[in-house]
Amino acid sequence: MSPRARLVLAGILTLLLLGGASAYGVVEIAAYRSRLAAPSQVRTTGTAPDTANQARIVFRNTATGAGYGRVASVPIARPGGTRTVTDLTCDRVYETVSRTMCLRIDRGIVTTFSATLLDKAGVVQRSWGLPGIPSRTRIAPDSSLVAFTSFVTGTSYATVGFSTATFIASVDGRDYGNLESFALTVEGRPVTSLDRNFWGVTFTADDNIFYATAASGGRTWLVRGDLAARTLTSLRQGAECPSISPDGSRIAYKKNVSTSAIAYWSIAVLNLKTGEEAVLPEKRNVDDQVLWLDDSTILYGLPTADQPGDSDIWAIPSDGSTGARPFIEHAWSPSVVRP
Amino acid sequence: MYISLEGDEHRDAPGSARKTGLVRVSSVVVTLGVVSLLTDVSSESVAAILPLYVTSALGLSTIAYGFIDGLYQGVSAIVRIGGGWASDRADRPKWIAFAGYALSAVAKIWLLLATGFAALIAVITVDRLGKGIRTAPRDALITAESDPSNLGRSFGVHRMLDTIGAALGPLIAFLILWLVPTGYTVVFVVALATAAVGVVVLGLLVPDRQPRREGAIDGHVRTPFRWRNLTDPRLRRLMAVAGLLGVLTIGDGFVYLSLQARTDFAAQWFPLLYVGTNVAFFLFAVPFGRLADRLGRARVFVWGHIALLLAYAATVLPFGGTATIVACLLLLGAFYAATDGVLAALAGQFAPQGSTASGIAATQTVVALARLIASTGFGVLWFTLGRANAALVVTAALMLAIAVAAVLIRPLNRAGVREAARHDSARGSV
Repeated sequence: MSPRARLVLAGILTLLLLGGASAYGVVEIAAYRSRLAAPSQVRTTGTAPDTANQARIVFRNTATGAGYGRVASVPIARPGGTRTVTDLTCDRVYETVSRTMCLRIDRGIVTTFSATLLDKAGVVQRSWGLPGIPSRTRIAPDSSLVAFTSFVTGTSYATVGFSTATFIASVDGRDYGNLESFALTVEGRPVTSLDRNFWGVTFTADDNIFYATAASGGRTWLVRGDLAARTLTSLRQGAECPSISPDGSRIAYKKNVSTSAIAYWSIAVLNLKTGEEAVLPEKRNVDDQVLWLDDSTILYGLPTADQPGDSDIWAIPSDGSTGARPFIEHAWSPSVVRP
Repeated sequence: MYISLEGDEHRDAPGSARKTGLVRVSSVVVTLGVVSLLTDVSSESVAAILPLYVTSALGLSTIAYGFIDGLYQGVSAIVRIGGGWASDRADRPKWIAFAGYALSAVAKIWLLLATGFAALIAVITVDRLGKGIRTAPRDALITAESDPSNLGRSFGVHRMLDTIGAALGPLIAFLILWLVPTGYTVVFVVALATAAVGVVVLGLLVPDRQPRREGAIDGHVRTPFRWRNLTDPRLRRLMAVAGLLGVLTIGDGFVYLSLQARTDFAAQWFPLLYVGTNVAFFLFAVPFGRLADRLGRARVFVWGHIALLLAYAATVLPFGGTATIVACLLLLGAFYAATDGVLAALAGQFAPQGSTASGIAATQTVVALARLIASTGFGVLWFTLGRANAALVVTAALMLAIAVAAVLIRPLNRAGVREAARHDSARGSV
């Protein structure tokens, strides 16, 4: 082949390859746009003023069509009913009677990640930049404190591997900083190693006490945190993303039941008085910070099979008596708001 | 065989200014740079969205992602030596490099089909194997295609194009996800297409060189490759210096994490700090390559570590603002620009003819292993002394190492200047 023929052939192949990829991209963008413009696959409505004072579940709407990714709510009494969809877009959301925490991927050519605290009227109170993909967030029952966890991503050259960053702050402007700056004690010994990681805070009725997950050397612990003393103390090994029951007597968490290097989580409930642990009859892999609907029911999200970007919220009795039932379809990241 | 984009060189013509940048570098080097650019767009676009894909689309555990990430970093070092050896043994650097690029492109087809954790691991392993195989033969080709007097500039141009690809990849990937938030498949298809174009360009437009046979005098082919060829004292000295400085190169991740812990600005832009380093790297690559040709490559290689030293120092200084962060990224970029391509140029310069690829591969592997020791060792140091003290110790040790290295490389600089002078006089006599 002459040099000229090679050049022409290379040019033709380049055009075909890049043209083909671009054409595929354009088709996908058009398909996405039309999906977005289509009516939602569930019944939705705009903000209705009377719903604000109802007991409700607030969540991220993942139903295909208009309103995808928006914060939505349904009355607790009618979880399958018409959902009220707001204008707020979040990847992870948590709401109380007076505050909303919204963790978001701020998409763009330069994609960044943020956490935003909003008041009842939707006015931004505080915001933080996150070092990676949003993971978990919670607000204290009295709406005085917030906690949020993100992954630490984007270090292409770095060798840091898996890590998370978890922060606690007060709604009125105080930052307690990264949990890595707290003193960690595991089984009576201080742990200061570099690979400490923390995630999944849950607040108790006592503003000074919280629970979270600590990890180091490939092991995880349920830890009890003291905000004033800036300490974290281990309670139990192998318990992640704790969630305390409304009556404060039990903690539900995800428990790694895998026998290989790849984690597989079940839901377990620990009775704080007796120290007894019960693993619930959910055979699927649950990677979520579970939530108590009331003192006897636990909610959690699971990805919808073969439907990337969609998920459903399931409900399971906390005593392990029966299996899970679907609670809200096409939804993620629930919180219970009882005015 | 030496092709210049500029055409004939008018060195002796009165008043002709020395041209800069791309024009004085072999078109083959530029083509290889374009191949690397395309391949880096492909790899880095996938790497940038992998955490999102694994956690949100596949719904896999995050710990599993950490495992993938470690694998991603580690695999290529192992096969690099093999790629260099095969290239020298067969005396066909182009086709060994081609095999490496093609393997990475093929891996991206699997990415479209992979749905589970095991499949994803296989894809990433194969992609990194490809990178390991191609690096040394590609650098050997650059050496073969370059005028020895401006080898530094040739590598500078190549690394500039390569790094532009690395900076563009994440931007293209995030642009696609901005348009279609669930469009991971679109990113993978675009990555596959750019990788395939890279393979096409390499296969069709880069000439097939046989450095050993071409170096033969009067039809007598030089002895085939033997490991013994790598015992050249200058090459050994280079490896010793690179290894010494490498064990004190603790990685950008540490600098980024230190900055993130100290300022809100850095925390907010944390996921993009490495793009800033890449931008600085491609801006400095050609000027530093030229500087290396003028002042001595070994000297610039060692001096480049001063930029790293200053970046470490910036993480322990009592003040830290946006200016400090920008300065840190510029310093890290300058460090890579002064060391990455320059080290390959040095290894290519000192490796005996016919052993270029293995010489480059061996030197790069020494650096990779030294840096692995550095990051592990620094973890221990951090544990015992705390972050700031550990950083101070490493900064002081690096300062000392640079001084020692500056003495050790003296013979290398003389050799470099002598060779360039010999080349220039040979050229003048034609």
